[in-house]
Parts: sequence; structure tokens; C-alpha cells
Amino acid sequence: MKVDLITSVYVFMLAAFIGFEVIRRVSPLLHTPLMSLTNALDAIAVVGAIILAGEGKSRLSTILGTIAIVAATSNIVGGFIITDRMLKMFKASKAPKQ
Amino acid sequence: MTNLVGGEIFIEVLYIIAVGLFILSLKWLSSPATSRRGVFAGEIGMLLAVVGTLFYKGIVDYKWIAIALVLGTIIGVPLGRVAMTAVPQRTALSHAFGALCVTLVGTAEFYLRTPTVPKFTMSVLSLEVILGGLTFTGSLMAAGKLQEILPQRPITYKGQNIVNLGMLLVAIVIAVMLVLDPSRIALYSPMVLIALIFGVMLIIPIGGADMPTVISLLNSYAGLSAAAMGFVLDSKLLIVAGALDGASGFILSVNMSKAMNRSFTNVLFGAFGQVQASAAAAHETRPVRSATAEEAAAILAAANKVVVVPGYGMAVAQAQHKVRELYDALTKRGVDVTFGIHPVAGRMPGHMNVLLAEADIPYDKLLDMDQVNGDMPQTDVALVIGANDVTNPAARNDQSSPIYGMPIIDVDKAHTSMVIKRSMAPGFAGIDNPLYYLDNNLMLFGDAKAFVGNIVKELSGNSGGH
Repeated sequence: MKVDLITSVYVFMLAAFIGFEVIRRVSPLLHTPLMSLTNALDAIAVVGAIILAGEGKSRLSTILGTIAIVAATSNIVGGFIITDRMLKMFKASKAPKQ
Repeated sequence: MTNLVGGEIFIEVLYIIAVGLFILSLKWLSSPATSRRGVFAGEIGMLLAVVGTLFYKGIVDYKWIAIALVLGTIIGVPLGRVAMTAVPQRTALSHAFGALCVTLVGTAEFYLRTPTVPKFTMSVLSLEVILGGLTFTGSLMAAGKLQEILPQRPITYKGQNIVNLGMLLVAIVIAVMLVLDPSRIALYSPMVLIALIFGVMLIIPIGGADMPTVISLLNSYAGLSAAAMGFVLDSKLLIVAGALDGASGFILSVNMSKAMNRSFTNVLFGAFGQVQASAAAAHETRPVRSATAEEAAAILAAANKVVVVPGYGMAVAQAQHKVRELYDALTKRGVDVTFGIHPVAGRMPGHMNVLLAEADIPYDKLLDMDQVNGDMPQTDVALVIGANDVTNPAARNDQSSPIYGMPIIDVDKAHTSMVIKRSMAPGFAGIDNPLYYLDNNLMLFGDAKAFVGNIVKELSGNSGGH
């Protein structure tokens, strides 16, 4: 358990550093899609909710897990759709095409 | 460490691939050219992770999972199809949903494990539900204000910060008591309840202009609460996704607070919306020069280089498509037209770029503040549409101004500046803008959409076109 915990802290720290370095490079042009995309990715929390709703350990955990899946899934679906819609609109000047 | 058996290894491998795809997804977002690939990578990663989880051997009943996945999709599709002007409130709402998910899972985990929760787990679980709870209600409030269901005006009262900090303190004290003895079940719901109320109180004093900062901050909190959930469930996948989201929100919050000239601690402790300065008194009747659409069109047509500075007022007037027509008309005449976008133009970071991209303005013409400011002395005309405070030269040279020190777009350094504005009434921060009284400034009085439309009409009339 202790070892797992320390590994998790390492993972968190490294992921935070990667996050800073990668996201710092995102052009300010795309900050709105960035936010909707990270929001969709963050909804990976659905994984925890699925296990909770599926394990059926108690009535409460099934109910809360089910609601949590609904909330997270709507973020995944809505987040990816709107991010793609936004990115589709960003077009360069016509020059490179011709 | 326990040894993993076959099925678990399969799931973990899918999770690791998902993590890699998530990081690539954000990396590809660095440029518009690769950005859509980024969305695709994120989708595949998400699909792998969800499918992998469905194979988890502890799952005994798929009924509720299936119903919830379908229901979530039904809710998610319309939320992905909102108008681009509504993206800020949609984003706030999705932060609320994300936080709701995290809070509910944390709550269920607490009641499942309660008498024997290790100290560390209980600490991160408390962090998870406190952050999740306040993000849930705070984001709902933000969404309500942005959708104008709730009053946008900041509501402040005496001792607000003390009340807020006091509430947070009580929640933390309860959390510590739970960590010391997790069998005190009765303490759990008050802790969550306080976090929920705290979220509401935190957003009450915040006005429209601070929304970009607030949304970024709530984004960061949502990410951190998800990472905390990862610690509770011992899920590296969640820890990584939460850390990425938290980092993203943090970077955007810092950007926004710099752009508003607020210290980051000022923002963190929720002391927003207090710029209600001593302004209105200085209501002067200095002369200003104004021009008609015909005169403005002539000046624009004669220019070599034009910078358009759009603000949220442009989006409110729904003028972006007219602005695109103006862009086309001027570009056709060989005028070099670019757009100078202040970081806090719009209601969330990058919102103005999305609105202009939607109006088909090429993204390489959308420049950030530093890029246009360098070229401003060589710019013939700076045309301000629906922006005010972000062009106020007082921020640069008047130490007594409440916005002194805020980075601005230096439209006063262009040969001529033109401002489309309904009247001389001060902007919503109530600060007078000395730009309007400068000799090289022209006021174009009228509705942004109508006025830009008139300029376009003049321009196409002169060229003898349609």
C-alpha cells in the first residue's frame, strides 16, 4: 500500500510537469478548445463511476455511481463534439491552398 | 505490490495507451494544423479506457451502466451543439458535471469504506469532495451568470471574505476530524454541504469581466478534484488526467490574472470583482471627434495596415459576420487587416478567437496582444469594436487609474484610432477612457453591427461592386 501511494505521488508530479510543458505550448488561439478538450479528458473519472455502479456493493453506491456516469458521459460526448466543431472552424488564409 | 492477473494486465495496458493518447492529444493542440488529430487521439484514448473498464471482473451488473451511458450521451450531444457564443456557459456547466461526478464517487467511496479508512485516503477523499462540491455549485453559478439566468452584477457585502474563509475553515476542520476518526459518519454530510454553499458564496461577488479568470480557476479545481479521486481509487489513469486538467486550468488562470493585472493570490482567494472604483465622478465633457460611416470607410480604404480590436461588445451585438464582410472588403482593396485579441476579450480564454474563426476569418490573421502592439506605430488605423478597458491608455500612464498596470492593446499608438461605441457612457468598470479625447481618435457612434454594416456598404458602393 505504501509503495503504491508513493508511486501515485510520482505519477501525479510527472503528469503535472508534462501537463505544464505541453499546455504552455498551446497557442492562445486555441485556449477555448483546450479547455473543452481537457474537460472531456478529465471526464475519464467515468471509469471510477462505472466500477462503482457495476459492483453493486450497496444501493447508495449504485445510485451515486449511475448519476456520476451520466454526468461524466455527457462531458465526454459534449466535450469532444464541441471541441471538434470549434477546431474545424479554424482555417488558414487561402494562400497555402492555391 | 500485488501481482496482476491476465485480465487486469489487459485493462492496465489499455489505460497506459489511453494516458499516452491523452498527452499526445494535448500536444497536437499546440497548432491549429494538427489540433483535430488531437481530438481524435483523445477520443480513441477515452474509448479504450472505457471499454477496458467494462471488462473489470468486479462488475456484476451492467444494467445501470448501460442506462447511464445512454442517458449521458443523450444529454451530451445537445451540449456539444450549442452556439459558439454560448460556449462559456457550456464550459462552466461541464465543469459542474465533472465535479458532480467526482463528488458523488467520493461520497459513495466514503460510505462503502467508512469505519476503516486509512488516514491518507481519508485526506485525499476530503480534498476530493470539498473541491468537487465547491466546483459543482460554483460552476453552476458561473453558468447561470453567463447564461444571464442569474444577475451578472457582483453581489458584495461587508465581511464577505471573512464569511467565505470561515466556511472553508470549518470544512477543513471537519475534514481533519474525519481523517483522525473516519467512523464519525455524521460529520461527512455537513462537510459536503458546506463545500456546496461555499461554491455559491465564492461566485456571488464576481462580475462578468472576471469570468475568464473564474472559469479557468474552476477548471483547475475540477482537475485537481479528479486527481484526488485518482489517489482515493488508486487509479494512475485518473491521476494523470486530473493532473493534466489541473495544470491546464492553472496556466490559464495565471494568464488571465496577468491580463487583468491581478496578483494570482488575489484571484485564488476569490477577491475578484472589486474594481468598482471611484470612477463616475470624473465625468468630463471634453470634446471628442466623431465621424460618419462614410468618413470611416474613406479612412479605412486609404489605409495600408488596419488592426481590428474586438471586445465582448462585438459578440453581444452579433457583429462578427459583418466584421468578416469588412475584412473581405478591405482585403480585396489590398489593405492588410489583422485582429488584435486581448487575452480577456470574450467571456473565457480564447473565446474571441473562436467567434472570429466561426465568422470565417483565417486564424493567421488573429494575433495576440504582444504581436499587434509591436506593429502599432506602423499601423494606419486601429478599429476598436465593442472593447473599452483593454484599450485604455490610462492603464499605461495614469497611476491613479484603477486599471493602472493592466496590459492593454496600444491603439492610441496607431496613426488613427476609431472606436465604435453606442454613446460616451463609461464602460462597465465605470472607468473613463482618455483614448476617446485624443486628437487622432474618432468616435463612431452607433450599434456595432449596424455601423460596421454601413461601412461595408460604403466600401462596396465606392468600388462600384454589388
